[in-house]
Amino acid sequence: MYTHGVTSRARIARWLALIPLVLLAGALLSCGGHRETALERVRRTGILRWGGDIQGGEPYVFEDPGQPGRLIGFEVEVADAVAREMGVQAEFVQNDWSNLVPSLERGSFDVIMNGLEVTPARADTVLFTRPYFVFSAQLVTRRDDESATSLDALENHRVGTLASSFSWEILRERPVEVVAYEGTEEPYADLRAGRLDGVLLDDIIATRYGLVHPELHLTEDVADGYYAVACRQRETELCEAIDEALAAIAARGELRQILARWEIDNERQARLASWTDEDTHAMLLVRQRATFTAHHAWLFVEGAAVTLLVSVLAMALAILLGLQLALARMYGPKPLAAVATSYVELFRGTPVLLQLHVLYFGIMPAIRAGIGVDAGTEYDAFFAAVVGLGLNYAAYEAEIYRAGIQAIPPGQMEAATVLGMSTSLALRRIIVPQAFRIALPGVTNDFIALLKDSSLVSVITVVELTKRMTITAIDVRSYLLPGLLCAGLYLALSYPLSLLSRRLEAQLARESS
Amino acid sequence: MSSQESPETRTSTEPEAPRDASGTPVISVDKLVKKYGERTVLKGVSFDIQPGQVVALVGPSGGGKSTALRCMTGLEPFHDGAIRVGDAKLTPGPLARHKHELARLRLESGLVFQTWHLFPHMTALENVHEAPVHVKRVPLEVARNKAKVLLEKVGLSHRQDAMPRNMSGGEQQRCAIARALAMEPKVLFMDEPTSALDPQRVGDLVELLDHLKTSEKLTFVIVTHEMKFAEKLADRTLVLYEGHVIEDGHPKDILVAPKDPRTRTFLGLDDA
Ligand SMILES: Nc1ncnc2c1ncn2[C@@H]1O[C@H](COP(=O)(O)OP(=O)(O)O)[C@@H](O)[C@H]1O
Ligand SMILES: [Mg+2]
Repeated sequence: MYTHGVTSRARIARWLALIPLVLLAGALLSCGGHRETALERVRRTGILRWGGDIQGGEPYVFEDPGQPGRLIGFEVEVADAVAREMGVQAEFVQNDWSNLVPSLERGSFDVIMNGLEVTPARADTVLFTRPYFVFSAQLVTRRDDESATSLDALENHRVGTLASSFSWEILRERPVEVVAYEGTEEPYADLRAGRLDGVLLDDIIATRYGLVHPELHLTEDVADGYYAVACRQRETELCEAIDEALAAIAARGELRQILARWEIDNERQARLASWTDEDTHAMLLVRQRATFTAHHAWLFVEGAAVTLLVSVLAMALAILLGLQLALARMYGPKPLAAVATSYVELFRGTPVLLQLHVLYFGIMPAIRAGIGVDAGTEYDAFFAAVVGLGLNYAAYEAEIYRAGIQAIPPGQMEAATVLGMSTSLALRRIIVPQAFRIALPGVTNDFIALLKDSSLVSVITVVELTKRMTITAIDVRSYLLPGLLCAGLYLALSYPLSLLSRRLEAQLARESS
Repeated sequence: MSSQESPETRTSTEPEAPRDASGTPVISVDKLVKKYGERTVLKGVSFDIQPGQVVALVGPSGGGKSTALRCMTGLEPFHDGAIRVGDAKLTPGPLARHKHELARLRLESGLVFQTWHLFPHMTALENVHEAPVHVKRVPLEVARNKAKVLLEKVGLSHRQDAMPRNMSGGEQQRCAIARALAMEPKVLFMDEPTSALDPQRVGDLVELLDHLKTSEKLTFVIVTHEMKFAEKLADRTLVLYEGHVIEDGHPKDILVAPKDPRTRTFLGLDDA
């Protein structure tokens, strides 16, 4: 064993020694000759590759319903107009919206043009051109909520928005409880369900997803924001060329004609034609980058507490329900056993993310409607997180218990039976206690997995440890410190359990030998 | 149903058994038929056992002794015939259909398994008082005290807090006996009690069972493939051979003068 360790370490060291050579070769290659700028490459190839996500839908860029495969949308037309102005052709590159910026940095396309709002955090990582659309961050509330007259009136109330959006940045400066979502439908669904008191989002989103519901109405235009084209940090030439092209199509009215065709033109867009470099400066005025403080660290501890609480409660539910499922499957009457088997297959065979979504946005509101209690509360999300994870893990616990019960020799049940015990008494007193000991290491391991899986509940707006980390990372523009602290906290939670599980396994091995 | 069975109904292969002078048998097995799949393991077995008898069920391995025991203790359903133990009457068919009679059977009889099947997560003492407390609802303190007395009787008081995995085979067997006796059965069934014992320990077991027979007023039905053990312990021996009872009598008589030629083969007398 020892010699093997030495040789493998020596092999690794040899490989490590190669790294400087590779770096040197790379440096020599990149220094050799003039390096082509992005603008030169676009001009040479005659193609401007722009990234976006067609799932954002109408009116940005989406598939023509009448002609599948053909892309339409106001951004398609703006991209074409800009490219024409530059003497090149626009080519769309599909990319998941949430990864547009990393993909841009990786070089998957030349620019991003897909409803990307100018925010201080983004302005720190990409170059923005002048805007091609001026939007309004609009506060939408319930018509029957007469106290919700403005954002100021919602002090200490729950207001929903999209994570990392312009509206999110605005809300974080206000004395409201910000609830961050990943999708555009969900915040309005929660507003209607009474889980939120307001939603702040771009007017295009508000119009299409919020104001289509008659019980919701527009309460306030809170601030103007901008959609602009994003380029890579160092590619100023390309950024300036696109900026000039946008200026040209705005000046001759072409831009507003496009917006008008898509019925999103309004008086706010008048600013596009008279836009100056000073306006761009003002738009990009970067808020002071936050530094990582003790306050952040404290929020992390809070996040870890949420993670732990969700996990412990969900696991308690999973253990109790899992045991019932295992017993129903093995000892229940046929129909009940079939139900238990289907349950296990259903919950193991579908993504837990989907289950959380269906529970929180589908089943819970339906139940509320069914029993006539229609006001959702701020605790809905936490409740759904615990129940959702608990129901899912119950399927896994059921299988662990089943294996544990099957490992008990049949003689145990027979011994209990001849002593006069009923099946249920024998299970309770003789079989389950023994099976539980066998299952315990597996259950502990599952609890560790659950601690990590609990990060999924951020999709239903619960801010736990991982979500806290992402929010902070955006604030301080770095994943390093927040990431390390987050990892450290997860380890602090799971490592003791890992030790416990190993000890239990060892003890079990000793006892059965 | 067959409690008043007359000798005339017996098959010719089953000789008359020595009986207590008086009364109703505590166990009646009448033309018991048991199959595993297509294979008939018990082919119409009948016998009566009187209260207080110590009966050894002997025969070659695979002869159906354990199967007969499992049928009499309600662990196996059977296909034809009838079994009565005390007031409990078992009839053919799935066990789930006889819940009521089986519950009665449990109060009449106890079983000590060949490998004991003690509850490994409980101490010796807990093993003994578990069923009285949870089945008969005896108060814990009462049951504990009685369990201690029983452990003393089987010579295990010094091991009352031991876990089964730390007990020797003989100790586990004694604990299993005490566990069965705690339910105060009329009949104690035992499957191959000598199989896991050192030869020196077999004498201790005979002594213990002799003692219990009088102190607990028990009827014993003991399955064994060892004729020697049967001879030392039993006052009646049934030889089960390929699903039939081929001998029924005092063990000494069977040893000296077996009636069925197949008994000679089993006893190894032919080779001697
Ligand atoms: N659960 C079972 N399934 C199928 N066959 C069995 C089962 N139990 C016992 N047998 C068979 O029934 C016959 C009698 O077995 P058993 O009663 O254990 O005999 P003995 O105890 O006299 O050695 C054997 O041939 C055995 O293989
Ligand atoms: Mg046997």
